[in-house]
Amino acid sequence: MDLIWEGLRQALELLLRLDPEVLQITLLSLKVSGIATLLSVVLGLGLALGVALNEFPGKRLVIALMNTGMGLPPVVVGLFVTVLLWRNGPLGFLGILYTPLAIILAQSVIATPIIAGLGLAALQHLPPGLRLQILSLGATRSQMIWLLLREARLPLLAAVMAGFGGVISEVGASIMVGGNLKGSTRVLTTATVMETSRGNFEIAFALSFILLVLAFTVNAVLTHLQQRSRPR
Amino acid sequence: MGLMLTLSSPFLRAAPPTQKAVILATTTSTQDSGLLDELIPLFEKQTGYPVKTIAVGSGQAIAMGRRGEADVLLVHSPEAEMGLVADGAGVHRRLVMHNDFVLVGPAADPAGLAKRTATEAFQRIAASQSPFLSRGDNSGTHAQELKLWKAAGIVTEKQPWYQQTGQGMGQTLAIAAEKHAYTLSDRGTYLALQKKIGLPILHEGDPSLRNVYHVIEVNPARFPKVNGAGARAFADFLVSKATQQRIKEFGIARYGSPLFFPDADVLHADMHR
Repeated sequence: MDLIWEGLRQALELLLRLDPEVLQITLLSLKVSGIATLLSVVLGLGLALGVALNEFPGKRLVIALMNTGMGLPPVVVGLFVTVLLWRNGPLGFLGILYTPLAIILAQSVIATPIIAGLGLAALQHLPPGLRLQILSLGATRSQMIWLLLREARLPLLAAVMAGFGGVISEVGASIMVGGNLKGSTRVLTTATVMETSRGNFEIAFALSFILLVLAFTVNAVLTHLQQRSRPR
Repeated sequence: MGLMLTLSSPFLRAAPPTQKAVILATTTSTQDSGLLDELIPLFEKQTGYPVKTIAVGSGQAIAMGRRGEADVLLVHSPEAEMGLVADGAGVHRRLVMHNDFVLVGPAADPAGLAKRTATEAFQRIAASQSPFLSRGDNSGTHAQELKLWKAAGIVTEKQPWYQQTGQGMGQTLAIAAEKHAYTLSDRGTYLALQKKIGLPILHEGDPSLRNVYHVIEVNPARFPKVNGAGARAFADFLVSKATQQRIKEFGIARYGSPLFFPDADVLHADMHR
């Protein structure tokens, strides 16, 4: 128990002192997971809209696959992405293994199905007649899509938060494709794993608290957006 | 010509000669002990090669070398290393340093390991069915442990007292402390964690517990993408006089005794029993 208090104390100290290494790791975590979430919003919502607005054979299978993807284990994603990005592998010519870009790629693979799956549920939950109603009022297709997204914004923002939460907290993929390189691909979760294995439990706790604060801050902003625009 | 010079010179100055990164695949003990944190910045400064350190078990590091996915390996699993060199995937294997393995366990020492040979110690653990935690991760330490069980004539498979963590040394030591179990550790990681875990050393000093680290360059002739020059530079750096001196002094200030003993001067033949 004293370890936890000591960790909390060290977290505050590291933050107040603006420790350059911890600051760099924290900002990198935010940047990498933020970009991965943005990419996943574009891909995931695109996928959700594509599935929600179209009827095609095998639609249920696609939905089942998307829902399964929401539980994609990060280590599995990490393993696949690593092997693809190996310099002698199929995407080796990109030369991005052990760079932040590789982590962004792996995290996008993790977050896209989460945002797609929850996004689809949000869109399918809208009243079925709404789409026809909007179109009959003379809206173009893109105006219709915009209105649908607006109408479902509450659960859609929840989907974004779930996607971000999934990637900011994962360690399996980041450590495999990033390599936990000091000053380059070391993020909060991989640093926590390393400090734990070094027996530096206080620092590991400190990094954990910083991660929690970061996750809270991002979600507080998103929640603010979500609740502000709640339909009354 | 003059125009070209004026145009290009600021660019030349703005971008210092950056070398292609060197991918170092190594064991967790060199990273967890903090040794690499001390050596690598020096190497980067001296040569300009940025180093990407991938700290995994020796088994995974050697597997990466076998596929040409690393440039240079710093590992401690002699049999597997010799296999790699025999296959031609690794070249120029050189001795860097050693420390030793220690058998640690609960202070009460239920199996009574004190003052035994390593073989006897392992036999007593099995006979008393005392819990033993294995790394179980193909690491150099795991390979060494399997060798010791074999030498003791014990089959550990499916024994209820024998458990595998599949994790790094630090984690395994922590779990051993919680479960009051015996485990085999490299001395470097043990010394670094000693205060936190509180498991005493119950057996040490047997010649069969020697833990030897070699540097191996991945063969650039076989894998064209390997950074051969960078790998050679890193290997040369590790066995250089100045680095060997640093290895010798590393850890004394913090742990009261050195964690690794430099060996680059030792004749190779002496190290292979």
